[in-house]
Amino acid sequence: MNPAMLNVTPRAKFAPAIRVGALGGIIIVFMGMIGMLETFSKRQIIFGVLDMGHLIIFVVFYLTAYFALKRPHGQVERSQQGRWHGGVAGLVNAASLVVLAIILTILPAIRNVFVNMTPALLELITFEKGLAVGSILLLIAGAGLGAFVGYYFYRPNPILRELLFTISLVLLIGLLQDLLRVTFQYIPFLSAILFETSGLSLFGAALLFAIILGGFEQWRRRGDGWKARYNALPTPKRKQYSRTLFGFLIAVVLLLPWILGLFFSEILVNVGLFVLMGLGLNIVVGFAGLLDLGYVAFFAIGAYTMGVLTTLSPEIAFHPGLNFWIILPFALVISVFGGIVLGVPVLRIRGDYLAIVTLGFGEIIRLLALSDALKPYFGGSRGIEAIPKPFIGPLELIGPQQMYYLVIIGCLIVAFIALRLKNSRLGRAWMAIREDEDVAQSMGIDLVKTKLLAFGIGASFAGIGGAIFASKLGTIYPHSFNLIISINVLALLIIGGMGNIPGVIIGSLVLVGLPELFREFEDYRLLVYGAVLVIMMLAKPEGLLPEARRAMELEEFRHTDDAVPPEGITGTLKNPGQA
Amino acid sequence: MQKSLATRFTLTDIFIYILGGSIIALVVVGSIATLATGLYGPRQWIDFTITGLTLGSIYSLIALGYTLVYGILRMINFAHSEVFMSGPLTAYFLADAMGKSGYLDENPVLGISLIFILAIAVSTIVAVLVERIAYRPLRGAPRLVPLITAIGASFFLQYAFRGFFGPNFKVYPEMAILKGALVLGDLKMSYIQILVIVAAMLMMLGLNLFVQYSKTGKAMRAVAEDKETAALMGINVDRIIVTTFMLGGALAGAAGVLYALVYTQVQFTMGFVPGIKAFTAAVLGGIGNIPGAMLGGLFLGVVESLGPTLFLEGLQVPAPYQLRDAVAFVMLVLILIFRPAGILGERLTEKKA
Repeated sequence: MNPAMLNVTPRAKFAPAIRVGALGGIIIVFMGMIGMLETFSKRQIIFGVLDMGHLIIFVVFYLTAYFALKRPHGQVERSQQGRWHGGVAGLVNAASLVVLAIILTILPAIRNVFVNMTPALLELITFEKGLAVGSILLLIAGAGLGAFVGYYFYRPNPILRELLFTISLVLLIGLLQDLLRVTFQYIPFLSAILFETSGLSLFGAALLFAIILGGFEQWRRRGDGWKARYNALPTPKRKQYSRTLFGFLIAVVLLLPWILGLFFSEILVNVGLFVLMGLGLNIVVGFAGLLDLGYVAFFAIGAYTMGVLTTLSPEIAFHPGLNFWIILPFALVISVFGGIVLGVPVLRIRGDYLAIVTLGFGEIIRLLALSDALKPYFGGSRGIEAIPKPFIGPLELIGPQQMYYLVIIGCLIVAFIALRLKNSRLGRAWMAIREDEDVAQSMGIDLVKTKLLAFGIGASFAGIGGAIFASKLGTIYPHSFNLIISINVLALLIIGGMGNIPGVIIGSLVLVGLPELFREFEDYRLLVYGAVLVIMMLAKPEGLLPEARRAMELEEFRHTDDAVPPEGITGTLKNPGQA
Repeated sequence: MQKSLATRFTLTDIFIYILGGSIIALVVVGSIATLATGLYGPRQWIDFTITGLTLGSIYSLIALGYTLVYGILRMINFAHSEVFMSGPLTAYFLADAMGKSGYLDENPVLGISLIFILAIAVSTIVAVLVERIAYRPLRGAPRLVPLITAIGASFFLQYAFRGFFGPNFKVYPEMAILKGALVLGDLKMSYIQILVIVAAMLMMLGLNLFVQYSKTGKAMRAVAEDKETAALMGINVDRIIVTTFMLGGALAGAAGVLYALVYTQVQFTMGFVPGIKAFTAAVLGGIGNIPGAMLGGLFLGVVESLGPTLFLEGLQVPAPYQLRDAVAFVMLVLILIFRPAGILGERLTEKKA
């Protein structure tokens, strides 16, 4: 026990735990008030036992207790007192839900203002057991989970850890049910025992639990032996193994659309398009540090170029109806041109102002496409219809399953280019600009050329994405190109880790792919994006997979508490807007 | 370095000037052509101007929030448009209840005041929360970081309010007292327009007096000038920053109700367009400059209202009113390119440079 804690009054001792518990309470009540809990509760995880709404409540209890135990510098309190701290935090957290339940009971009319504070929410948080019993259950669950967390950190034991991991994995499988159900569709026997109409069946969950726990146990006992045996193998043999694994992975990636079916192929294609855009924006924002909020403009330019020039619809005044493969490079050229044209005026604008101007550009492009003034050429709000699908020889890329390959090839080429650019002279020039424009210029970097190349190349990636998008959908509307897309791309960059190429892919999978697995999530998607952007910036500004150099820059700021803002990333805005 | 770029006349400059020149030429030719058609008499132009002034005073109020915060923190508070939205959206429920119970007809002045008070309170609270949670921990971080946080906070707030109150449009009740119009010859102003313009003017006057003469106002100016020195002079910088956010939030909340009275509809996305336009107004007047934001707002309102018809009608552009927002955005881009310091110059920004 910490000697400093001895002469503290008991109330003060629990103050941090109470504070964290109250914070957790605010979060969970907020989730209830905006209807998130209720929406998610429609998704069963273990059929008839646990739904996602309740799971979220428990996870929040768990995390609250964890944060109540967390000390600065990443340490966790490991004392006997931990149990009490965790328990108090969980209890306070649960108490806030009880307050919500009481409000819902005595004031049902609140629904007329807060549309999501419904009787169903009351049922949900009281476990359909009525206010009194439900409240007691909630308090027990909160305090119990909290105390368990405290105990776990006091005496972490391997068996408990295995149990925790196993439960998390089973729940994860339950969460990803849609994906797995499709994967197992060729093994009807397996999916019949594992899954109910929604969620895992109780038997399936128990089965999975047993299998996974067994696996972990085996690994704990024999894992070291296996590792040693693998390391003892002669090198060529080891290489052969890893090559086989690599080949297997490639085969899986190539067969993915056929394993997963139409719906998931569609999602994969969307993810791929966002990877394309993410790699492009990564050059502009991640490498060169120019925050561009109108990035969707180039996606739109690519899509409209493809649309206008290949469409068969007679409503568009100029429609040559050319071939996809002729227009694809043309769309690329046009979007590079667009990038440069929009880039030249903003060459001297930095930081915040740059963000706003580019946002303005993005909106102007969309408003122009939407306006009646240009309707004969761009179709106005009705957009462009009848855009044909691309052909490879006699083979029509008719659906997402075929489009997938086109997108994969596009992503690979673009990722390769981005990777080569990153370590090239140009890439280093971009990073120098990101660090400090003035110093970069005095080192002999041509700012105009370098910045325009960033805008142009970034735009070209989005342009290709847009062109593929247009022919994939067959119809494009101006509404598909609003600010949300730009924000989405920016968010995935930040989540993944700016400046880092694998980060972009991870970011797209997490932000574009994952939400599709939870269709209920749609209404809360942007809410979560917003929260994630804020939390990431507060907690881990370098992203999930940080690029080494950028992480270093941000570290600098963290360790110098009272320091002046470092010149990095966009450089300090000395004379706003003017270099 | 900065000088050499500014004095050198490069290809980029030529491109920019050609771009600017052609837009100005377009505007001049369009205006002459429109005036030559004689479709619109002085009456219409006066109408357009009054509509523009009404809208412009709302923009001014919001722009003040951007400018105040920028003056002190040198950051664009992207979430300000959501601060603007939160007040009237919440106050709608009060307005609706009072409208249905007939209270608004019996006691209109008090009723409308209550709506204003609630909206102002909610917007102020939201502004302070955003500052506390999203901005304060990041003071001293690289510039991009708080900017991204601000964007995140903006989306979070939008969808949080959607979750609270639902996604549908909400229609403010009709207020009998605000029906009708004042007619003086060619000049016709509805009571709502009068209310908006007068209320906005009063608030801006009050803000100006506050910033110029009150102790807190002086402290705000001191902090805007130099945070460290202000802190050495015994000013609590954090408290001044919170006060600034509160002032901006209160003005935005009031502007929100005025906006709701003019357009009658409120919804969780209502903040985005006025927000970005108010930002344009703030930049137009010189960001960080309080009178600049006021003038910028009025100017933008008038240009936006007159502009599409005046500039584009004569050029045979169909349905020019659809391009209203585009006119505002083009103006924003042009100002940032040609005169980033704004029309009224850089009273605060220059010092900091």
